[in-house]
Amino acid sequence: MNAKKNIKKIIIKKPLKLDCGETIIDYPLAYETYGTLNDKKDNAILVFHALTGDQFASDTNPITKKPGWWSHTVGPSKAIDTNKFFVICSNVIGGCMGSFGPGNINPKTNKEYGTDFPVITINDMVNAQYNLLEFFKIDKLYSVTGGSMGGMQVLQFVANFPDKTKTALPIACTASHSAQNIAFNELGRQSIMADANWKNGNYSYLNSSPDKGLAVARMAAHITYLSKKGLQEKFGRKLQEKDDLNFSFDADFQIESYLRYQGSIFVDRFDANSYLYITRAMDYFDLTKQYNGNLSKAFEKTKTKFFVISFTSDWLYPTAENKEIVIALNASGAEVGFIEITSDKGHDSFLLDMPEFLKTVKNFLEANY
Amino acid sequence: MKKEFQIISDLIENNTRVLDVGCGDGTLMKYLKDKKNVDTRGLEISKDKVQICISKGLTVIEGNAEKDLKQFPDSSFNYAILSQTLQAFYNPERVIDDLLNVADKAIVTIPNFGFWKVRLDLLVKGTMPVTKNLPDEWYNTPNLHMCTLKDFFNFCSKKKIKLYKSIALHEKKTSEISNFNLNLKNFSSELGIFLIEKKYEN
Repeated sequence: MNAKKNIKKIIIKKPLKLDCGETIIDYPLAYETYGTLNDKKDNAILVFHALTGDQFASDTNPITKKPGWWSHTVGPSKAIDTNKFFVICSNVIGGCMGSFGPGNINPKTNKEYGTDFPVITINDMVNAQYNLLEFFKIDKLYSVTGGSMGGMQVLQFVANFPDKTKTALPIACTASHSAQNIAFNELGRQSIMADANWKNGNYSYLNSSPDKGLAVARMAAHITYLSKKGLQEKFGRKLQEKDDLNFSFDADFQIESYLRYQGSIFVDRFDANSYLYITRAMDYFDLTKQYNGNLSKAFEKTKTKFFVISFTSDWLYPTAENKEIVIALNASGAEVGFIEITSDKGHDSFLLDMPEFLKTVKNFLEANY
Repeated sequence: MKKEFQIISDLIENNTRVLDVGCGDGTLMKYLKDKKNVDTRGLEISKDKVQICISKGLTVIEGNAEKDLKQFPDSSFNYAILSQTLQAFYNPERVIDDLLNVADKAIVTIPNFGFWKVRLDLLVKGTMPVTKNLPDEWYNTPNLHMCTLKDFFNFCSKKKIKLYKSIALHEKKTSEISNFNLNLKNFSSELGIFLIEKKYEN
């Protein structure tokens, strides 16, 4: 746990009124930076992370000792070139990597918030992270980007702060969480809450941990990040270290073993209550509704130059939903480019070493700088 | 830059908003942006060409003119450009309609199927014409709806589309097309470039 003590944090003194009505104040926001802010302070890129991401976008994550979640994309000479750009990434509120979340101690009770933590939204996450601009004394960002829930934050950021970024790069996301997305998230939450060790969210205080529920949530979600073709090519019906079926419920198939492994390593780095809160925030995300059913109104005032990217095999945030963003931006007269990257790796594509995708990000960011 | 693009560029006023439909590698867009301070947007079906445009800093949407023109609000551009692709659409009539909805004026260029070499191919050889401007064989051509300059002229008058300017291009030589020389130009030109606008009834 010592490593967690070295996490960079700012304490936000400015009160933040959450969408649920509660106001938070003096709360921590954990962040990490890559590259150097130039003298003109015009080279900063704010990267927003996805559901299970954190502020450690690049290099080695000091907590997990694994490469940062976007290390293919962010780094020296990479698509988001930290030799040129100053990359800021912070842990969302509701998260579990140092920012204000359900694992924090509630001063009123002296125990972890658990489910007493206020329900937060994508809007709240973005408003909290906006304080980073003031902290770094940046008047205007060069870009905001992120995939999946990170992309939703990109859209919300430009809607909230139309003149605070020159460019915006939302990737594999949506302006409004679909019924299917909500359904998968609910599956994950129910899995956590069905684990007896969840104890109504008070597991930390009661020294237990709903690892099984959280692992199953991760397994189910992980399937949605891949594609049928990708799964078939990688695993097919291959057996796990055996020549024949076992006629049991062991992990006979490699895909079973893979999912179990993904579930088991996830519980080491993620908090079950954070999973509930962040998935809830995603489900509540409906930028179209925020603007009374007209998404283009969200971008009416902005001069930000957009580029939207989707992936052919992403069935969680499909091209059609990404294109709706493009259409709304066009309707508002905003400047927007779009490309659908060919990939059979599903929604996960934005996290992988995908040359066409990385080239697009690099070209867009560098040609407009 | 090819002569056709030079002519198109000359038809476009400075400081305007232009949509280049089928913008390819963005050569024309870049020229208009740099030389005429035009606010350009592109629509392009090829992913590779979209990538080239991105690397030039151009704003391009991957898409198909037959489906994706509708996303732009009415009159959101001063000009829409459609260079030598009208004949490749399933429904050229609807594309022209959409072009004139999203832009006040459209610049449409057409490879002329009435060009004498094209006519000669069919007349003498009895095979589908293959020329410099129409290099594909009948079995692999993307062109579904070939027309002649005269056909497009007639189409505009039938559809009440106002022809602002009609230019014939042959081997880098340009000339104005009019009702008087239409038959001649339809015979002697490889390419027609038309600046059109929707004519309202009242």
